[in-house]
Amino acid sequence: MTPSSGAAVVVEGLEKRFERTVAVAGVSFSVSPAEIFGFVGPDGGGKTTLLRMLATLLVPDKGSARVLGKDVVKDLWDLRRRIGYMPGRFSLYPDLSVYENLRFFASVFGTTVERERPHIAPIYSQLEPFKDRRAAALSGGMKQKLALCCALVHRPEILLLDEPTTGVDAVSRREFWDLLADLKASGLTILVSTPYMDEADRCDRVALMQGGCLLAIDTPQAIARSFDRPLLAVHTAKRYPALLALREFAHVHTVYPFGDTLHYVDARAGEPAPAIAVELRAFLVSRGFADAQVEPTPPTVEDSFIARMGAPEGTRAA
Amino acid sequence: MSDALAIDAVDLTRRFGAFTAVDGITFNVRAGEVFGFLGANGAGKTTVIRMLTGLLAPTSGRATVAGHDIAREPERVKRDIGYMSQRFSLYEDLTVRENITLYGGIYDLSGRDIRDRTARLLARLGLEHAADQCVRSIPLGWRQKLAFSVALLHEPRVVFLDEPTSGVDPITRRQFWEMIYEAAAAGTTVLVTTHYMDEAEYCDRISIMVAGRIGAMGAPADLKQQFAVRSIDDLFVQLARPAAS
Repeated sequence: MTPSSGAAVVVEGLEKRFERTVAVAGVSFSVSPAEIFGFVGPDGGGKTTLLRMLATLLVPDKGSARVLGKDVVKDLWDLRRRIGYMPGRFSLYPDLSVYENLRFFASVFGTTVERERPHIAPIYSQLEPFKDRRAAALSGGMKQKLALCCALVHRPEILLLDEPTTGVDAVSRREFWDLLADLKASGLTILVSTPYMDEADRCDRVALMQGGCLLAIDTPQAIARSFDRPLLAVHTAKRYPALLALREFAHVHTVYPFGDTLHYVDARAGEPAPAIAVELRAFLVSRGFADAQVEPTPPTVEDSFIARMGAPEGTRAA
Repeated sequence: MSDALAIDAVDLTRRFGAFTAVDGITFNVRAGEVFGFLGANGAGKTTVIRMLTGLLAPTSGRATVAGHDIAREPERVKRDIGYMSQRFSLYEDLTVRENITLYGGIYDLSGRDIRDRTARLLARLGLEHAADQCVRSIPLGWRQKLAFSVALLHEPRVVFLDEPTSGVDPITRRQFWEMIYEAAAAGTTVLVTTHYMDEAEYCDRISIMVAGRIGAMGAPADLKQQFAVRSIDDLFVQLARPAAS
């Protein structure tokens, strides 16, 4: 995607080092208004550093970043009022109540909770039953909702969310993503990072991030489809022994646990998957896995990430 | 050996003032089993783990871990278990070797045992080259694998893993699970918590805690059939949503 003048975020060759460590290695991408753009990748991949540069909290060593048309270095004071930033670590005051936290963040931006109530209502209504509770005593999911509410209270035009769902249970994660979908519908641009591959599907586009590089930037569907080897799902009760056995199959590329199956990747790129399934089932039966079921399966973002992790540097998309 | 119960909890209860965090739960884990201990934030998982590891006395009910009563013999429980959490497991300012030596010392291993086991552990992880580096300087994925190995250093019968793979890349996460399978195959019992629902599917059996009680327990495949859901993720949402706030 080419950066256009209407883009919400335009990043070119952005780089940040900490002593000898390259945290962000010259990344380029752009984000359209009202897009949910996800940075998906493990800890230490550079997600936090990148978001902090976009939030004007860290100065890049090289390259440029424009957010809402403003330069993150030169225009930081203008930008700060227009950005909602939610840091990765719990950033609220644990000894203040839910309401006091919100009032504090509103006052920092020269507004009040009452004035902003209409636009934070969809989230605040979920917090209101606990408004006098100390933030420290909230459940993980509620803490994240409060942090989101605090990041929204000054009506930002763009949200930068650093791992808002890390350590949060699966139910609260779904609810949090539902809130983000509502915010997007109201026109907000959202950049969000996550270590959970399954959350990629909730984004319009994702950037797979590792070792400071963007391995790919595309829609989650396109990233999944870009997986270019035959992929098969193997069902068997004896998973671990079957995993070890499959590694000895003549044409194996990789095998790894995937949900309640094993994912088997064949090294022969052009070979039709149904034929491989027949071959593989015969192999497993010969190794004593009579219950094995083998079938071609569509690749996911996670399969694609695993395949790309070994990819050399410089494969980042433009 | 596989008939022996590594964890046996009966009517285990813990109250904090008027709040019942754990409400009479009964479950057991067989030796060599990989048991996934799931639940929403605040459902009571941590309180159960603190009781089973001898750190918190139950209000009522009883439990044995590795054959020891958790209320009467908490110190013996602690000797026979290993523990690793995502939040804390190794001292970052100590080197890899120093961490191993420290844990060996805490568990009273002889100097010779510590030397032998350190060498074996480093070789198995392929970490010989990093033995004298500070833990802070090695990648997170390696740190988690090292932490797990250190938790197994004194050859505990039961190991508790509290969100061991949080934030780890998808390949390392799977390598970690292979280490879990390997330990279980060698007879170590593993109780593991996770927020990755695909990892729930990797367990022999799981339980899902809802508001201090066990809402469902069994082999993942059986549970999916019983509750007519496609995945453990769907089951989790179905059970935990009423208690989510």
